[in-house]
Amino acid sequence: MARNFLKILKTAPPSSVFGMVVIAIYILVAFFAPLLAPYSQTEIVDAEFMPPSAEYWLGTDNLGRDMLSRIVYGARNTVGIAFFTTILAFLVGTTLGIFTSIKGGWTDQILGRLVDTLMAIPSLIFKLLLLTVFGTTIINMVLIIALVDSTRVFRLARAVSMDIVVMEFIEAARLRGDGIWRLVTREILPNAAAPLAAEFGLRFCFVFLAISALSFLGLGIQPPLADWGSMVRDNASLIAFGEFTPLIPAIAIALLTIGVNFVVDWMLHRSSGLKD
Amino acid sequence: MNSLWLVIVKRLGLGIVTLIAVSIIIFVAIEMLPGDIAQIILGQSATPETVAVFRQELGLDRPALTRYLDWAGGMLRGDFGTALASKRDVSELIQSRIFNTLFLAAYAALISIPLAISLGLLAALYRGSVLDRAVNIISLSSVSMPEFLLAYILVFLLAQTGFFPTMSDLTPTMSFQEKLYVTFLPALTLTLVITAHMMRMTRAAIVNLLASAYIEMAELKGLSRTRIILMHAFPNALAPIINVVAINLAYLITGVVVVEVVFVYPGLGQLLVDSVSKRDVVVVQVASLIFAVAYILFNLLADIFSTLSNPRLRHPK
Repeated sequence: MARNFLKILKTAPPSSVFGMVVIAIYILVAFFAPLLAPYSQTEIVDAEFMPPSAEYWLGTDNLGRDMLSRIVYGARNTVGIAFFTTILAFLVGTTLGIFTSIKGGWTDQILGRLVDTLMAIPSLIFKLLLLTVFGTTIINMVLIIALVDSTRVFRLARAVSMDIVVMEFIEAARLRGDGIWRLVTREILPNAAAPLAAEFGLRFCFVFLAISALSFLGLGIQPPLADWGSMVRDNASLIAFGEFTPLIPAIAIALLTIGVNFVVDWMLHRSSGLKD
Repeated sequence: MNSLWLVIVKRLGLGIVTLIAVSIIIFVAIEMLPGDIAQIILGQSATPETVAVFRQELGLDRPALTRYLDWAGGMLRGDFGTALASKRDVSELIQSRIFNTLFLAAYAALISIPLAISLGLLAALYRGSVLDRAVNIISLSSVSMPEFLLAYILVFLLAQTGFFPTMSDLTPTMSFQEKLYVTFLPALTLTLVITAHMMRMTRAAIVNLLASAYIEMAELKGLSRTRIILMHAFPNALAPIINVVAINLAYLITGVVVVEVVFVYPGLGQLLVDSVSKRDVVVVQVASLIFAVAYILFNLLADIFSTLSNPRLRHPK
């Protein structure tokens, strides 16, 4: 099994190898943030807006905190929260999607129409509306993004599962007397794994960009937690003076999204069975 | 001809139903406010009397259905109520902002649509060339970038030189040229955001067709590649291209929010973001509804135009 996996990895094109390396680096940085960061993410170490120096490699931010340390911790906070949110959206979306595809009938009709209507509202606008209602805290943001994005996951999970449910082996499993749990875990999920995994990667990108955008607007991850979106916002005034460092967190966001996209591209290509 | 109208009327009907459903969702979302909205907005120090008066002002003492009908009726007449934070008339507050946002979106659309379609055609024409690969890489990576990164890269590159202002201070007295100049950076950012996707889809739509028999026929007749792509492939690729253009115009609606904040542009998106942090429910409701309506309209237009340009879609199975 493990050898098989390695064999597949060896066939990966350069772009997806690049993507996997990027993802691995981000995961390592997120795990070892306290070891890698020279200072704490909240400590005020010097004056505001210090230029880069031997002491502070990327200078200090608008409150005098070390930029590099905050970028390192940002990997943990921003990426961690985005990952958790995506998992949540997936749990809700796939559970409901697969459930309605088995159940069919009225449940399917009602949920389907509801999701259609929710998707007719632009997702950023809907998230802003819900944030107004529930208040701008991290937990609310995670729940709101998970809910809004789970509608997209629902669509895909339902469509994929619909194709599987009509197959003969499902019929056979049903006749064998398999319960719904066994049906889902043993028959449907293994066959839906490839498109769902690809969707997970893409969904993560969207969630990650949405969290960054909301944090950039000052409505997402709140200070003093280090977060890439709000870091850009806090230090943006420097950019017009030709200072490059405030762009680094934004580039960190883009780099991870590009990396994930490359890997997903390859996965989709593989599962579609195309050789070239 | 008859069946064509039937399809369009059906689609319009569906659009209206969606609009009503969406307006209900936007209205109901505010109803879900945990606890008492009046209490939250007025803060902990409010006396029960002020809370009661405020509730009455908001109309919370009446049943939800009557309030929805009043609210929706008001929206149709252009009566948007009073803002909670500033106590100003919302219609007055948003009038110039709607115009500004539309101006910015139209500006970006007018640059990006011709640009995207011609680049897409060129990429299809010179498939596999350096240009084609560059188009591919740029579009893949620009999809992955947050809008504010694109915006700040432009600020970083262009503003230092002092060519363009980094803040779009629009005043009503400005001449048209001045407005174009002041809003150039936000318009360029939006252009970059939507051009990539349109360009990619234009290329894909053309390349898809190049495998068809009639294109091979044209090639065998000895026609030039340019002629084949412009005269034979392009007209048939028009349906998906129009579709993707309309979808991207709909995307502009959300893209505009972040870009307006970056450039401190006095548009509807900026107002929406400000109102979210102030928790001004009334303004957020109106702004969300306007954005949602525009979004639904563009999607509707996308469907109708592709039905018109592609006879096969006129006969639904």
